[in-house]
Formats: sequence, structure tokens, C-alpha cells
Amino acid sequence: MTEDHVPARARLWLFVLGGLVIFFLVVPVLIVIPISFSDSTLLEFPPRTYSLRWYRALLESLEWRDAAWMSVKVAVLTTIVATPVGTAAAYGLHVGGFRLAGVLRLLVLAPLLVPVILTAIGIFYLYALLGLNNTLAGLVLAHTMLALPFVVLSVAAGLRSYDMAQERVARSLGAHWFRAFRSVTLPQIRLPVLSGALLAFIASFDEVIVAFFISGGEMATLPRKMFSALRDQIEPTIAAISTILVVLSVTTVAVVELTRQQKRQG
Amino acid sequence: MADENSPPSSRGRGEASSALPITIRGLVRHYGRMVALDGIDLDVAKGEFLTLLGPSGSGKTTLLMILAGFTRPDAGSIRFGDVEMVRTPPHKRNLGVVFQSYALFPHMDVAANVAFPLALRGVNGAERTRRVQTALQLVQLGDLGGRRVDQLSGGQRQRVALARAIVFEPGILLMDEPLSALDKKLREQMQIELRHLHRRLGTTVIYVTHDQREALTLSDRIAVINQGRVQQIDTPQRLYEAPANHFVADFIGDSTFLPVTVANGVARWRDQVLTPAAVPRDGAYQLVLRSEKLMLGGDSRHPNTIDAEVIETVYQGDSVRIDVRLAGGDVVTLRELARGGQAAWPSAGDRVRLTLDPADTLLVPTP
Amino acid sequence: MSLGLNAAGIRADARRERATLAALTAPAFLILGALLFVPVGWLFWLSIHGDNGYTLENYTRMVVEPAYASVFVTTFELSLLVTALAVLLGYPLSYMIALLPPRAASACLTLVLVPFWTALLVRTYAWLVLLQRHGVVNSLLMNWGLIDQPLALVYNFTGTVIGMLHIMIPFLVLPLYANMRAIDRDYVRAAASLGASPTAAFWRVYLPLSMPGLAAGTVMVFVICLGFYVTPQFLGGGRVTTISMKIQENVATYFDWGAASSLGVVLLVITVAVFWGFSRLLPLRRLTEVSGS
Repeated sequence: MTEDHVPARARLWLFVLGGLVIFFLVVPVLIVIPISFSDSTLLEFPPRTYSLRWYRALLESLEWRDAAWMSVKVAVLTTIVATPVGTAAAYGLHVGGFRLAGVLRLLVLAPLLVPVILTAIGIFYLYALLGLNNTLAGLVLAHTMLALPFVVLSVAAGLRSYDMAQERVARSLGAHWFRAFRSVTLPQIRLPVLSGALLAFIASFDEVIVAFFISGGEMATLPRKMFSALRDQIEPTIAAISTILVVLSVTTVAVVELTRQQKRQG
Repeated sequence: MADENSPPSSRGRGEASSALPITIRGLVRHYGRMVALDGIDLDVAKGEFLTLLGPSGSGKTTLLMILAGFTRPDAGSIRFGDVEMVRTPPHKRNLGVVFQSYALFPHMDVAANVAFPLALRGVNGAERTRRVQTALQLVQLGDLGGRRVDQLSGGQRQRVALARAIVFEPGILLMDEPLSALDKKLREQMQIELRHLHRRLGTTVIYVTHDQREALTLSDRIAVINQGRVQQIDTPQRLYEAPANHFVADFIGDSTFLPVTVANGVARWRDQVLTPAAVPRDGAYQLVLRSEKLMLGGDSRHPNTIDAEVIETVYQGDSVRIDVRLAGGDVVTLRELARGGQAAWPSAGDRVRLTLDPADTLLVPTP
Repeated sequence: MSLGLNAAGIRADARRERATLAALTAPAFLILGALLFVPVGWLFWLSIHGDNGYTLENYTRMVVEPAYASVFVTTFELSLLVTALAVLLGYPLSYMIALLPPRAASACLTLVLVPFWTALLVRTYAWLVLLQRHGVVNSLLMNWGLIDQPLALVYNFTGTVIGMLHIMIPFLVLPLYANMRAIDRDYVRAAASLGASPTAAFWRVYLPLSMPGLAAGTVMVFVICLGFYVTPQFLGGGRVTTISMKIQENVATYFDWGAASSLGVVLLVITVAVFWGFSRLLPLRRLTEVSGS
């Protein structure tokens, strides 16, 4: 019996079950990788022959390249808009001492609470009236709205563990409020802000439901294109693009984890 | 330290030309129904070291924060010198502030921390480096400029915070319990250093603490604050020897109290006549028995003598604390210094006689 | 009303400062207002206002027509099943990670996060690859001689459950693990010293202490399941229709905004009701704190 008061046999079963669940979680994600290198148009596992044909097809396809580029553009713009707006809101709510602060904080989380399908058709309807469907601006605005809760949550958490006295000291030493924020507070909430920005980027890049309604044809994002591909005809090119995305997300997780561990040690 | 290295404003003893007097009138602050400050009027002389002393919740920190500009009062006037400051934002008040948590910037090294206010005032280059170095030397940290904040001890951080607050030669320095996080020995050492620093710089200082001994050590005057009001403002000696009311008498010094009635010009505790230095007007009072003023011994020839039974004797190294019970059940405490190798202290159950010199008989009105 | 020195001027300063801070929060709320509250409000209106003025027929239709009833039943069945399975699998997983030393726990958590950060459609495609008739699972099972005919693992309810479970487990694990990690080990030690067996210590001390995280995770999982669209659409093979899918169908295929919006309103009301009911049992602040990792 260890200090956790868990007997050895129970511990064994626990680790077996836990291991199986982790297996269940991770393997499906990895399974697309070998499939993407399969030479056959039919699905077979394990692949009999390997080749890079699907990656070549991806690179040669104008549609896929455009969709990927569109996703990157939208995600970058979304991040650029959502991060300062969300940071300012988190700061204002933290310092403002408004009577309705609690309600406001909940409202900021609304995009996470309202079912996405509802949001999507609502925006679709609104954009139809304003002529914003299938526009870059429309996409960026919609994604910004969806990304704001992530930025605000992250920055708000960072501000909670930050000693506001430092900002006060800076002001007492002669810095006016924004200068104090920029020179003292911002450098210290850099990590929460960056992690909020990263979440905003990913939220936009992977967003599928709203994009399904308001982006299409030339303005299709990558998830939108994948959605059509999955629905209409499943080609192995999907495996190739999936592999690329998996590699990207695994790298991101690894980098984030390493940074977090470094921060703890450094 | 040679004078040529000192900042120009510290010439000899407390002659800072930049020190400012402070005038506070009618300062009021409410939090909902709770009254934090109940109309404070205060005058602080140029170059004076004034301590705001009081228990937690007394309003002393609120007062300091209002002086610094971080909290707004509901009403009132604050003048630094001749200039009305109550509506001025904190970054324009040109004050030095030392917070309880030091609030050093962790993402800058020591020198950068101290240089921060100079950079804001447009002081750069060699002049800035020189002044930073001077300030660090003043707080005995001359060669620690390159260190990072997390490499410093508590006492060192305290000094950096101090250096940062004085490097730009403010006319007024505010300090909010800066020594409370240090251990006893370090704290006492820093108190002495602060006294010396104040004498060198001659800045006006407002110091907040709940530690009466600290207040007595450091201050030119002490303002005792309770429940948002100044109970008494006076020199340490007068506060100790002539407290104006029960709260001040209790908060400063180690005392027990006995009820005393003055009727027809005679002061009585129970049915025993008391001989104070001067008999006050008729009324109900409390006799302030400072533990060091009560003496063992004496006989019926001495005024203010009484019999008592020892309850407990506690040896505390430099002195012995004795709790005794008087006729009628009141318990008082006295303290005797351990001097001359005396080993025989009264023990529990012994009957002793206590004497109080009329000059030490202190009466305050019953609250 | 106190009329002290400078009181009016001080009040004006305070007002100006509050206005500046409000201005900082304004852009976020403008965006939210224009792109969330207005459209959703519009949909509320659409659901009760048809071509001939105000009407409740969209809502009555939901109660009367059996097609709608089955959609609701399916959605709830799916959500309850996935939530229950997520708890059954996710709790032991979280507990295991909580028992591990820091480095190993961190590694396991990273592994749990990998699917979390992988795009939804990629995961959906991965399950298609795995569960198809000639997919990986069937191929392996047949190669190993465990089955003769391929199992129908996808394009049905089963496939949908599996796919949603894969997505939901991390959502349960994150708040639950955060809660577990914060449980002081001294509690269980105290129980042991007082004579509790490992089973008793777990059921009577540890489990109750992990309840806030478990409850938060469960509610979050359930609510997300209710609104699920992508996974049932692709892994259900047309045999599983959730509320979200019906909404999409009404808009994209039938252009019936009244039906779509009314369904959406009902979904939203159920979501809010679940959260509100839950917040009566536990302050909602926990939810925002545990997910801010």
C-alpha cells in the first residue's frame, strides 16, 4: 500500500484501464498517418504498397491549396483582432470593479454555451441580409466572436495570479496607466496572452460549422473543404491533409508542454 | 560615505530642499455602510517622520492609499506644500511608495528596477547609472545591481524597493508596513537603518504599521488611528506617558487597567484611596497600570500601595512577568527587570506588596 | 449625501475612470452583441413570427409530429449514453494520472490532449477509416480470425457513440483532473489513520472531494453532446439524427427558418436550463477556473 492508500492490485487494474483509454484516445489520431502513405485508392490496412501520390495530389490541387491558405489567412486575422480585444476586456473586467462584473464575465463565455449550430444559422441569416456571406471580413468577424472566450478566460486567469501592486508601484513612480500596463503588467501576463492567442488561432483554423454556412466556393476554408470531401466522396487525399494537420497539432501540443515545463524550471 | 557621492538633496541632517509638508483636511471614505475614514485632519511638517499606528481595519492603510492616489476618498483635501493633490492621478504626485509586498518587477534586474522612475523622467545614460548606483549604495546594496529579483533575500528586496522609491528624490515617502515580512532581528536592524536614512535624506515620511515598538523607534510623531479616526497624534514620549484615551493607553505599552472613580476630588479604586500626580475632575476613569511601572515591595508609608497574591511568574530572559490577584479579584501584570543576578522571584501563592509611584499614576477616561 | 471638500470633482474623476474601463471592455461586447446576441435574438423572433404574423405553430409542430419526437429522443439517448461512458472511462483515467509522479502525469496529460487539439474532421475521418466494413478494425479482427463477417461499426448509432466518446473524454478529464490534483493527500491519509480501508477511503473521502470537478465535467460533456452536429452527421450514416442535424436540414434543404429557429431555441433553452440547474448546486465560477488551464 502506498501513501495514496491504493492497494497494488487495484492500482494494476487502474493502470491497465487508464492505458487502454489513452490507447483509445491516441491511436485513432495516428492511424491516418500510415493510410496517407498508402498507394491504393481503396482503403486497406495495413497498406500493401507505399507512395507519396496523395501528397503530390494535394500539392497539385488548386482547391486544397486555396482552402489551406484561406484558413491560414482567416486564422491569423482572427488572432490579430481577438487577442487585443479579449485582453482589453479581461483587463477591464478585472480592474473595473463593475457591479455587473459577474454577469459580464458569464456573457463573455456565451459563445461557448450557445449551441454552435444555432450561432451558425443566426450569423448566416444576418450575413445574408448584410451581404457578408462568403466574405473574408464576415469570416474573420464570426471567428473572432467564437475565439473571444478563449482569450478572455486565459488572460483573466493570468491576471488573477498577477500582483496588481506592481502596476500600482509603476504608476506611483511616474508611469501613466497605459505605460505602466505596457512596461510592467503585459510582460508578466505574456504567457496567458500568448496561449489565448494560440487558442484563438486554433479555434478559427479548425472551425467547421459556422464555416459550413458562411464560407463556400472560393472563400472555402480548409475545414469547409474537408467537410465537402467527407460528405461527397472520400478520397485518400483527405488522409494526406489529415496527416499534415495531425503533425501540426502534435507539434503544437509538444511545444506548449515544453514551454510550460521550462517556465516551471526557469 | 563621502559627501560627493550623495545625492544633492541630502545635505547634512534632514535639510532636504525637496521635502514637502502635507496638509490633510476632512478626508472621508466609506465602503457601503462601513466607514473607513471618518473625517481625518492632519498636518505633517516638512521632513517629519510620521507614523500611522493602528490595528488592522483601523483605516491607516486606506489613508496611505488615498495619499498615494490609488484610492479615491469620498471627500477631502490633500495638499503637498501649497498644491492641492486630491484629484491628481498617482503618476503625477511625485511620491515614493514602498509596498508591503515590495512589488519589485521580476522581469527586470535590480538596477533596472531602480532606474525605472528615472527613465520615466527622462534621465538617461551616465547620469542615470550614477544616480542608480548612489541610491543602491545608500541602502547598502552597491554591488548587487546586476542581480535578478528572485535571487535576493527578503531584506535585500526591501532595500531595493526603498532605493527605487528614493532614487528620484521625491518630496514625500510613503511606506506601508514595509518591514512586516522580515524576521525580528532583521526588522530591528532595518529600523535603525531607516532612521539613519531618514536623517540623511530629510524627506517627509508617512509610515504605516501596527507594531507599536516599531512606531516608537522610528517616528518624530505618531498618529494613533482607530475606526477611521485619529485618536491622538503626538511624540512617542508624550503618547506613551500621556495617552489621551483608553484606546491609546491600551494599544501602546503593556498595561492592565483598573476602574477608578473620582468623587469630591478624591480618587478611589474600590475603597482604597489613590494618589495620582494630579486629581482629575469627578467622573469614571481607568487606571493605566504599565507593567514596568508597578513595583514589588514598599510599605504602608508609601502612597499607592496594595497587597496581592501571585498567580504566576514567567521568566522571559531579560525580565520576569508576574501576574497577581488583588483583593476583590482583579488581575494585574507587572514586569521586573532581571538584574544583579537576582534569582529569588516570588512564585505562585506568595503574598506580595505592590507600589505605584504617583508620577506614574496614569488615568484615562472610561471609554 | 455627503457634501465634503472636493466631493463633486472626485466623483467626476471616478466616473471618468469607470468610463475608460468600460471602453476597454466595450469592443468585445460589441462583437458579441452584433454577432451572437442579435442573430440569436433574431432567431427567437423568427421562431414565433411566420409569414402571417405571430404564431406558435413551429413549437406545436414539435410536440405533435413524431419525426421531431424521435429526433429529441435520439439526441437525449446519445447524450446520456456518451456522458455515462465518458464518466466510466474518464474517471479512472483521471484518477490514474493523479496517482502518477509529476513527469509521468504530465506526459499522460499531453497524450490526452493530443486528440483534443486535433481537428474535429480529422478525427471523424480517422474513425471512418477505423470502423468501416473494410476498415482497420474489421481488417485486423478478420485477419486474426476473430470474426467471419465485418461488423457494422459505423454509419449507425454505435459508430456515432464511439466517435463522440473519443471527443468527449478529454472534456471530462480536464476539469476532473484539475480538481483531483488539488485534493490534499492528507485527507486520504487521515482517513486511513482513522481506520478506513482503501475502498472506504475512496468512496467516503476521495470521491466526494472530486465531485465538483466531476460535476463540472459531466455537465459540460452533456451539454456539448446535446448540440453535436459533425460526428452524428458523418458517422451516423443517416440513421442518427440529432437536433442540430435537423436544424441544418431545415435551413439548407427546406429553407424552413421557422422550424429551424424554433428547434434551435428549444436546444438553447435546454442547454441554459441544464447549466442553470447545475449552478444552483455549485457556483459556476468553478467552471471558468478549471478550464483556464
